[in-house]
This record gives sequence, structure tokens and C-alpha cells, in this order.
Amino acid sequence: MQAEQVEIAGFLKQYPPFDELPEAEVDEIACQVEISYFRAGSDIYLFGDEIHELSVIRSGAVEIYRRNGDLYNRLSEGEVFGQLSLLMNQKVRLPARTIEDSLIYFIPEALFMSLCERFDSFAYFVEVDDNLLHQAVSDKQEKSDLMVSKVTTLISRTPVMADTSATIRQAAQKMTEAGVSSLLIMSPESRLNRPVSPDDDELSDTSDRLLAGIITDRDLRTRVVAPGLDLDSPVTEVMTTEPVTLDVDAYAFEAMLTMLRYNLHHLPILEDDYPVGVLATSDIIRYESQSSLYMVSTIMRQTSVDELAELQPQINACFVRMVAEGANSHMIGSAMSVIGRTFKQRLLELGEAELGAAPLPYCFLALGSMARDEQLVVTDQDNALILDNRYKPEQHGEYFAQLAKFVSDGLNRCGYVYCTGNIMATNSTWRKTRKEWQQTFTDWIENPLPEALLNCSIFFDLDGVWGKVDWAAQLNSFVAHKAQRSPKFLASLARNALNRTPPLGFFKDFVMEKDGQHGNAINLKRRGTAPLTDLIRVHALAVGSKVQNSFERLDDVSEAGILPPGRAADLRDALEFISMVRIRHQAADVEAGREPSNSVKPETLTDFDRRNLKEAFKVLSNSQRFLKFRYPFSGR
Amino acid sequence: MIGSHSVNWPALFQQQAEKSTDERLKSFYQQGVVAADTALVDVPFVALDFETTGLDATKDEIISIGLVPFDLHRIRLRESRYWLLKPNDGLTETSVPFHGITHSQLSAAPDLNLILESVLDEIAGKIVVVHYRNIEREFLDSAIKKRLGEGIIFPMIDTMELEAMLYRRGILNRLKRLIGWRLESIRLGDSRLRYHLPHYGQHHALTDAIATAELLQAQVLHRYSEATHLSELWI
Repeated sequence: MQAEQVEIAGFLKQYPPFDELPEAEVDEIACQVEISYFRAGSDIYLFGDEIHELSVIRSGAVEIYRRNGDLYNRLSEGEVFGQLSLLMNQKVRLPARTIEDSLIYFIPEALFMSLCERFDSFAYFVEVDDNLLHQAVSDKQEKSDLMVSKVTTLISRTPVMADTSATIRQAAQKMTEAGVSSLLIMSPESRLNRPVSPDDDELSDTSDRLLAGIITDRDLRTRVVAPGLDLDSPVTEVMTTEPVTLDVDAYAFEAMLTMLRYNLHHLPILEDDYPVGVLATSDIIRYESQSSLYMVSTIMRQTSVDELAELQPQINACFVRMVAEGANSHMIGSAMSVIGRTFKQRLLELGEAELGAAPLPYCFLALGSMARDEQLVVTDQDNALILDNRYKPEQHGEYFAQLAKFVSDGLNRCGYVYCTGNIMATNSTWRKTRKEWQQTFTDWIENPLPEALLNCSIFFDLDGVWGKVDWAAQLNSFVAHKAQRSPKFLASLARNALNRTPPLGFFKDFVMEKDGQHGNAINLKRRGTAPLTDLIRVHALAVGSKVQNSFERLDDVSEAGILPPGRAADLRDALEFISMVRIRHQAADVEAGREPSNSVKPETLTDFDRRNLKEAFKVLSNSQRFLKFRYPFSGR
Repeated sequence: MIGSHSVNWPALFQQQAEKSTDERLKSFYQQGVVAADTALVDVPFVALDFETTGLDATKDEIISIGLVPFDLHRIRLRESRYWLLKPNDGLTETSVPFHGITHSQLSAAPDLNLILESVLDEIAGKIVVVHYRNIEREFLDSAIKKRLGEGIIFPMIDTMELEAMLYRRGILNRLKRLIGWRLESIRLGDSRLRYHLPHYGQHHALTDAIATAELLQAQVLHRYSEATHLSELWI
């Protein structure tokens, strides 16, 4: 007669991996359990012991060690151990010792193996953990439409086109007839270098022509009607030449990011350089209701700092919506960065209107998270100015100081608080001419001192947002070229990237540190995403990458092949997972009317989050160890 | 020291084996008793718990039996057993929700006489462990006496007695009682808490048997040793 173990089964059913098994299965497991009591401080397993059972902690607490005695994990009620050793030759790899009086339930090996074979959820739980993190990240992404849809699914009709020889009037008539708000202007030159028949004025066969430009309703209003242009002038005079385009293979979210980034309302989609459609803002909005695209145009419409400052609740709402709609961290980070960038652009427009036109060309820079397209709702402003080489402080200094102050004060009012490290264009140190910036970066790279570099890593994430944005791109190329060739600089940067480390994991409702200490909360930026981006930056600079976004940097790093196999993918998953937990908690804060922060309390994390965060921390920790070895610091 | 040294268990078992007229009891005694000087680590135990219709062994009856074999290192649930028993006088209405056992379950259950052989097989050659021996020892003896005309006797370890030694005996505890201080509870659940054992939903004979087995493991680890002789604990 089989005795039912209601008490034991009821306990197991509350905890993973048993909570996902059929009830009858857990009832059967409960009947196979063996129980043992251990006093605090006793060894359950020593290194090299034979192991034939999976252990479940019924009560008490257990510490798991590495062979060298380092703490590997600390577990409490409901958590399991021994699974790795069971899967690897039944020899104990990680010794286990109780730190409290503990009651342990043991599940026999044969049953454990059978559960692994029969239940995927069980196998995922106990098998090698990196796969699990990847599973967690990709499961999440499948939920988002914009993430998986190709841009082609958004195209509603074939593009309407006209020849470069058309007049403005003809173009406008064509748009009216077809009922479209944009018209592609095609060059008579063949991209295949074949002469185009001159009598082919109907453009019936244009499939080998090149896109010369685009004209929109808005262009007709602002470039034709307002200045009172002759309607019989050639359309080429008012079209946008070399428009931004996207390849037909791109994903819908890339289209959204591109339109946000360049503030476009129409985006031609090309297949083999030939237009197959034009994406309009409205096509995206169908997917992303109340989109961040609206936000950008709203910001540009505001006429004063007071009005801009009132937009903050809308920005937060936009953030919450994107989270709710299942966007990933790259999408959210990019959207919030574009919004931040737009604030800067609008404030600079307003500033120039108040102070008068700038006496010299300049480039306003975004630094740090905004430059990386990784901005969230809790953020300060990090910015700087590149000035024309003719800059004379006594002559021009006052103007740029005032312009910087106007922007910085405005940003502060709009929710982008002042940078506590004073890395802002209001600080005269960070208003430099192009030559001075080159000299500054040369000094940092050629004579690196970790201490001196400590506060300037933010300058290695740099993006032009206004004015001569080419200067920012040129500075980036200059840095990328130089940094790659300076092992000493890379070593210094690598050493700084080890200053912030992740915790070991979670224990009960505490954050557990490597030395066994407990904390009540974890700052997911300081202990997670920031050290990850630091680490990725070092590798990116080492391979001469010129991109700024951490995911895009990882693409370059992965292609260069300097990481162990699979590591780039692990880092991507780790960054995505930690970022998303951070983002979801900030969204929850916003929704609850609390001040959003980077700090998370373990009791607000699900089992799923805890396990995956722990895996992500492990990836970070292993990668930091690799960094030390890859960029050795000689100290000379 | 609680060992009842006056009882010579091997001699008593031999005597009972010869005297007993019931084959099942005869066989039980013939399997002998664990030697008094056996180290606890080598003793095969079986934790035993009854649910009864009341507290008076002469009138009330056993309605369920749970048992689980174990040693100092492992409690083996795979070998655990549980029986419902049909009481002769039926069940009083008030005791039903207390035990969580229904009338229909009990009316379909067998009489102790039918399963006695199985029960004795499970405990023969092992040391029975209970929490509060007055229930298990007296009810089993009385129930068997009613059916077979002779009772049963064997050594036990009583985990409640082990707690009572700390919290009921001695000058200090007597003084406490004298001046009306609250004494530590020695009930199963409260005793377990002192050893940081988890709370179990009680009043199920098998769960209580397991809870008792865990308690003995904890008591031995905290207060005795694996080498302690059985005779120091049994009664």
C-alpha cells in the first residue's frame, strides 16, 4: 500500500522546478524522498564524494563552495543543489555545508534522471544555466511584434515615383492622383550603367533606376508654398537628396529606430537598391500605439522651456507603454535616447533664438548612455561642446557659456538633472576646440593613468546631437584608431572596468555578496549594466569599433573573434536580462507614482528573475576575470 | 539517564516467544530485540504514530497507524506505511474534523486484526520511536489484548521523554513549576521548533511519524552522539 505524502508534496509544489510538474508527478516524487537532519556547520557533501541524489532544502540554509574554498552560492528553503554534480559523473564538484540547522529532502538519482528526460521544464532548470538565460531572453523577445516583424509586413502599397525631369507641379499632381504624402524621385541614370531610352517618359520600366530623392507634403508646404517658389521649377530643386533608406531585410523595430533617430516621417525601403515601398509614420504607429515618434514631434513643437518641462509625465508614460508592449532594452533605450536628444536639439534652437546665432560653428555632444542609445527614465545630463578651431575665449567664451547654461538649465527642468561630476558643457573644461579635443584624447590614450581615466570613460561614448555633428563622428574615428593601438590604455581602461562587481546572487530576501555579506537592495545599474557596458567598451575599443551602442559593439567584438566562443552571445543575454529587470522595475515605479530608481529589493523579484539575474551576474563575473587576462596591466 | 535497566529485554522477548499462543506475536518476539549496547548509529528505527478516538486506551480506539523506518542518517519515505482502521464503536461526530478522516473512509477500513501481521512485520527487529509513549504503547497493548487475549510489550524511544528530561526534570524545572513559571512545551510541534525543524500540519499519523523520526535525528545530533548506546535512550 503506497502511503501518500501530503506534507512533503505540498512543500515541493511551491518551488521550482517542481512547481511546473504535474501534481501526480510531485506526489510520486514525495513518496520517494529520503530525509536527513543536519546541524549547523556540518558537511553534506565533500569534494569528490559520490553523489546519487538531488537535495532540496526543506528548512535551514546551505552554502555551496568552489573547490578552492570560495563561496559559490548560499541557498535557503525550497532551493535545490547537487544537480550539476549529478549530471557530471556523480562526483561532487561543489561541496555543500549547512550554515543553519537544516532538514534536507533527498530525491534519488534514477528519479531525477527520469524527470530530466520526461519534463523539459525540469531539464531546463537543472541543466547548464547559460542556456536558461538565453531562453529567458529569447522567450521575452518573441512576445514583441515589432521585434520579429520584418519591415515588409508594414509596407501597404508599391511606391509612387516620378522622374528627376518632373516639375514641382507635375510631382504635386502625381501625389494628388495617387493619394500619397510622399513621392520618390528616380534618376534617369541606370544603376546597371545601361542607357535609359529617352522616350520612356511613362517610367513604365524603371526597375534599374536609382533613387535620387524624396519629396513630401511637408516639403511642398515649407520649401515651395511658403517661399513662393515657381511651380514649374524642377522638382529636384526642392527634394531631399540622398534620403535615409532601409533595406528590405530590416526588422520593423529598426525602421522605427531609424525614423526616430533622423526624425523622419517617410522612409523608403529598398531591395537591391530599388525602392519597393515607403514607410510612413502612421504605418509604425499601427504597431506601436501612442508611439515615441509622436513624442519627438511634440517636443519639437514646444515654444518655451516651460512648455518642454511639462512634457515629463508624457515621456514617462511613453516609457511605461513601451515596456508594456514588450519592447526590448535596445528599442526602449534608443527611443528614450532619441527623446533626450530631441530635448537638447529643441533647447539649442530656443537658446539660439534667445541669444542670437552662434558666432562660430560648434557641435553639441551627448555623452554616456544617451550616446550609446541606452538612456532610461532615471538619468542625468552628460554633455560637452566641440568648438571651431578659431575659437577665442575672450571673444566667444561668453556666448557659448550662456548657450550651455541655457541648455543645461532647461534639461534640468525637463527631468535630466545636472551631472554631479560636472561633466557638462557649462563647465569650461568641457568646451574645447576640435584641436583641443584631439589633444585631450591623445593624452588620455597615450599616457593613460587608471586614476585619471576613472572619470572620463564617459567620453568614450560620444555622439553629436546638434550643429556640426560630423565633428563628433570624426573624433570618434580618431579615438577608435588610436585606442586600438595602445595596449597600455586598454589595460588601464580594463582595470577601471573591474571596479564595480556583481553580487553572487540572492539568499532569502537578501542580496548576497561574494564575501558572504548580505544587502537589502541591489542597484542594478551600478552592479549590473554599468560594469557590463564598461567591459564591452574595452573590447570594442580594442577591435577598433566606431559604434557606441553596447549591443552593436558586441556585434563588432564578436566578428573580430577576440572572445571565447559563445561569450559575446552570453554577454548580450546578460545585458538584455539585467536591463529589462531594471526597466520593468522603473516602469512599475512610474505606474505606482513612485520616483523611479535603479535600486531593486530582492523581495520584489520573482524566482525566475532571481535565477536569471544570478546567471547574468555569473556571466559578468567570468567576463571580468577574462578582461584581466586579456588586457594585462603592467603598471609601468 | 532514562534507560530502564531493570528490564532485561532479550530475556523478556525469549520468554514471550515461548509463552505466546498467537503465531504473529510469537514470530514478532522470535525476531528478537536490538542489543542494549548497540551504538545509536547502528540501530534500525521505526517511527510509529496512532490517531485515536480519544485518550483512554481502555475505551477509545486506534483509527489510523503511520510508520516510517529510519536510521540516524536517513528517513526512508519509500518504505513508509499508513493504515486506516475501523473502530468497533464508530466515530463520534466531534472528532471527525479534528482528524480529517471521514466516516465512510473508516467504515470501509479493516479491523486491526486483519493488518496486525503487516504492522508487526514492519516493527519487528527494530526500535520503535514515538512521541508520548502512553498512546502508542498502551493503545496497541490494549487493542491486541481485546482481540487475542494477550497484550504486547517491547522497548521504545520516546522523543517527548527526551524533551521532558530537559524541561520537566531537575531542580530548576521543579523550582520553575513551584513559582508558577511557564514551562517549555514538550509537544511534538513545539519540541521540533527548538531544533529548527519546520512546522508540519499535524494530526496525520504518517506525517507525525515522520516528524517524530526527524525529531529523534535532531535530538541525537544535538545532545547525544552516534556512539551513544541504545540503552541510554530506550524505555
